[in-house]
Amino acid sequence: MPELHLPWQELSILLPLLGGLVIGAVRHPERARILSILLCSFTLIATIGEWVDFSTLHTFEAHDHWDVIEWIFHKDLFIVDELSAPLLPLAALLFLMTVLSTLRTKINRFSFQWTLIAEAIVLATLSCRNSWMLVTLLSVATIPPWLELRSRGRSTRVYVMHMGVFIASLIIGQSLLDVSAADSTGAIIAGALLTLASLIRSGIIPLHCWMTDLFEKATFGTTLLFVTPMTGAYALMRLVLPIAPDWALQSIAIVSLITAFYAGGMALVQHDARRFFCYLFLSHSSLVLVGLELVTPIGLTGALCVWLSVGLSLAGFGITLRCLESRIGRISLDDYHGLYEQTPILAALFLLTGLASIGFPGTVGFVGTELLIEGAVTVYPWIGMTVVLSAALNGIAIMFAYFRIFTGTRHKASISLKARLSEQFAVLVLAALILGGGLFPQPGIESRFHAAMELISHRQQKTDAGQGHPLSAHAASLGIPKAVSNMP
Amino acid sequence: MTFGQLRDFLGICVVASPAILVAILGITPLIGRSLSERAMARCTQLAILVGLFSSLIILGLMLFFGVRHVPIEIGDWVVIPEQHFHFHLKFIFDRLSVPFAILTFVLCGTIGAFTSRYLHREPGYGRFFLFYALFLLGMTVSSLAGTIETLFLGWELVGLSSALLVGFFHEHINPVRNGQRVWCVYRIADAAFLIAALTLHHLTGAGDFDGLMGSGSWPEGQATISESHALFVGLLLLIAVAGKSALVPFSGWLPRAMEGPTPSSAVFYGSLSVHLGAFLLLRISPILEISWPLSLVVIAIGLISALYGSLAARVQSDVKSALAFASLTQVGLIVAEIGLGLRYIPLIHMIGHACLRTLQLLRAPSLLHDYHVMEDAIGTHLDSVPSFWTRVLPNQARLWLYRFAMERGYLDAILDAWIVRPFLAVFRWSDRMERLWTDFLTGGDSRESDHLEHHIPSPEEFL
Repeated sequence: MPELHLPWQELSILLPLLGGLVIGAVRHPERARILSILLCSFTLIATIGEWVDFSTLHTFEAHDHWDVIEWIFHKDLFIVDELSAPLLPLAALLFLMTVLSTLRTKINRFSFQWTLIAEAIVLATLSCRNSWMLVTLLSVATIPPWLELRSRGRSTRVYVMHMGVFIASLIIGQSLLDVSAADSTGAIIAGALLTLASLIRSGIIPLHCWMTDLFEKATFGTTLLFVTPMTGAYALMRLVLPIAPDWALQSIAIVSLITAFYAGGMALVQHDARRFFCYLFLSHSSLVLVGLELVTPIGLTGALCVWLSVGLSLAGFGITLRCLESRIGRISLDDYHGLYEQTPILAALFLLTGLASIGFPGTVGFVGTELLIEGAVTVYPWIGMTVVLSAALNGIAIMFAYFRIFTGTRHKASISLKARLSEQFAVLVLAALILGGGLFPQPGIESRFHAAMELISHRQQKTDAGQGHPLSAHAASLGIPKAVSNMP
Repeated sequence: MTFGQLRDFLGICVVASPAILVAILGITPLIGRSLSERAMARCTQLAILVGLFSSLIILGLMLFFGVRHVPIEIGDWVVIPEQHFHFHLKFIFDRLSVPFAILTFVLCGTIGAFTSRYLHREPGYGRFFLFYALFLLGMTVSSLAGTIETLFLGWELVGLSSALLVGFFHEHINPVRNGQRVWCVYRIADAAFLIAALTLHHLTGAGDFDGLMGSGSWPEGQATISESHALFVGLLLLIAVAGKSALVPFSGWLPRAMEGPTPSSAVFYGSLSVHLGAFLLLRISPILEISWPLSLVVIAIGLISALYGSLAARVQSDVKSALAFASLTQVGLIVAEIGLGLRYIPLIHMIGHACLRTLQLLRAPSLLHDYHVMEDAIGTHLDSVPSFWTRVLPNQARLWLYRFAMERGYLDAILDAWIVRPFLAVFRWSDRMERLWTDFLTGGDSRESDHLEHHIPSPEEFL
């Protein structure tokens, strides 16, 4: 397998991991914050380096130079490929932006130590293609939010029940897959369990209540960093996509489509800004799943683009909400807050990120959303139009929230609520990425299309091999026709 | 420089000047370097003059060389050759787009000059000009779009700037609510537009209007799709048109949009934005020609809207709303003309109406003064002669019509009662079910947000 020029992956995982352990010993919260910013910045640089290095190799996959983990375990546990290469810097950027925009007034409540450890876990997850390692990392990632809920004295039952089923499904599913014969019922059950796990982690209805509950009870920063990297979708790509037959994937696509519409509608009736954000995110992440499960070149390219654009824009949207919360407390959408005059820059970012998430022209999400809709409409001419309706609902919801939070009255405050320097920096970086990606989309689309074609061809190779496709033969024996896909 | 090069350069100038204006007015506040009022006004003037003169020169060149169709290829913005997917950026200068682009620059220039004084020292001066620049860019792109995707791009920009400008006086609740209402209608209309655009893309293999209209230039092009497809796409586009031009049943947002500052009301709902729907119908007119049921629907919607606008305009108690409904009446007639197969007459009607209505709306704040001047000039009060219908119709019918017009045809009430409320009720019910479910799982109250004191007030609020 081709090698990167430096051990970027190990660096990007070890830096936050060791940093997290070290920060535990730092008593002064402000020092911990500065140290976290530095560590997140270096991690981001490492992930960008990894992406750039990988791009120069012109290959589908590569692993680290001086791969210590391979040397220890004799296995390629961490591999970067075309799917994960841009997701790593995106995840690292989200962590950096969140840490950077954490105000001093909130540093006692927000755990930098667990944030850095969570970053290491997320980056390791996104770098991992080994099934068992992925199952382990996905399971371990559920611990930091649980610890936070406990430390804040909140009920963990909803979270624990859902994550318990998630972890159990992952472990049982993967175990069954390992021991089952290719065409057996065991393989079908294994696939179903892995799908169930991925759907729970992605918050597909009716398995989404853990997410709204987490947004209610945990800190906004922790929740944001737990959901926005979309590791559920990643699990689906790694664990389910290679083994699932077309009919199963297209069924997931339809369930995701229903979730996208449902969550878009639910966002409109929420009273609390956090719950609103949660449903908005669910709607968008479900749209990503719709595209991923279509397994057509256009649909998959669109989904991979929207994955990046939604990750970037909704994380920015969430960070903006978090910045506002840290100024005026939990935000009710029943009232008008009139914060525009106090925080014009945050208002601009709120609108920009919100519009980018719905694929407004000129922003990073526009072309990706067009591709996604085209892919969906090609496969399901009528149902695919639900994607358009979901996007319309999300657009209405975003403007509704904008008007409620920033307009309608004149907010009075005894202190300046204007964006701080670090927040302004975060705003400018996000705005530059959103607008830059929107005005010059071709390089991003090319890269995602290439990744989509590689993913499809890898999946096709497995299908053609016959033996490597454990579920399709069984599906055929059950009389389920192989769906027509638009593969080249 | 050859004719082709000059033409391309000028064509790019027409589109680039508002785009640069948006960039300047948008980026400077983000980096904390807001421009002065004078600088903003100058930038706006410059952008409009460049765009206007470039359009005029192109028109002159077209007339001089006898060219009726000038395509300006910017190239593929996004292309995936293997899948034959491309997002083609192309602008066309023809008998339809050039007059509309020139009209856009003339009216936007007038409004820009008016606003630089009208909003002098208003806190939202910069915000107005930013949204106004977005609108100008959207209108220019929509007018000159050579592909349906490009038109959609401009269409969306117009929608966003409209909604934000309706809510311009955003420290009050009503403008904001109305801005939200306008945005909702636009999003639904845009969804229909997007589906239509995708369908056209599938049917013709590209979103290019040339592909759709065959070889002929506007208005002689002939559609290359079947009658049934034309009906389907046409109906979707008609929803988009109705949303953008406030035709029945979406007319309710038009008087609400008058909450915005007078200059934006004039340029959006009196002159340009409200005609964008009719412009789209003209652009896709070959589709209308191959589907008579579609033409019939267009005529019906146009006439109903005109009748509705005419009735509602007569009972409005404020001049801006009266002018808004008067605009709707004319737009309805223009749409009906298009449905009847006319092409140049609706275009001329549109241009004339836009100019007249802009003037009327700009004079609206000084209407009483104008009346006084007129009365002073004639030396007596203006006559109030009962109209023909007042004399002919029985009192009961007049009362019914008056009520109907006062309630603006109950359109908003019907949409709210039949669509919005049931839709939201379903999701509110789902929300309650989710609450029960999480309460059950938690073993108690699961929603902290119900009990939080959302807004921590500042000390000043107690004073």
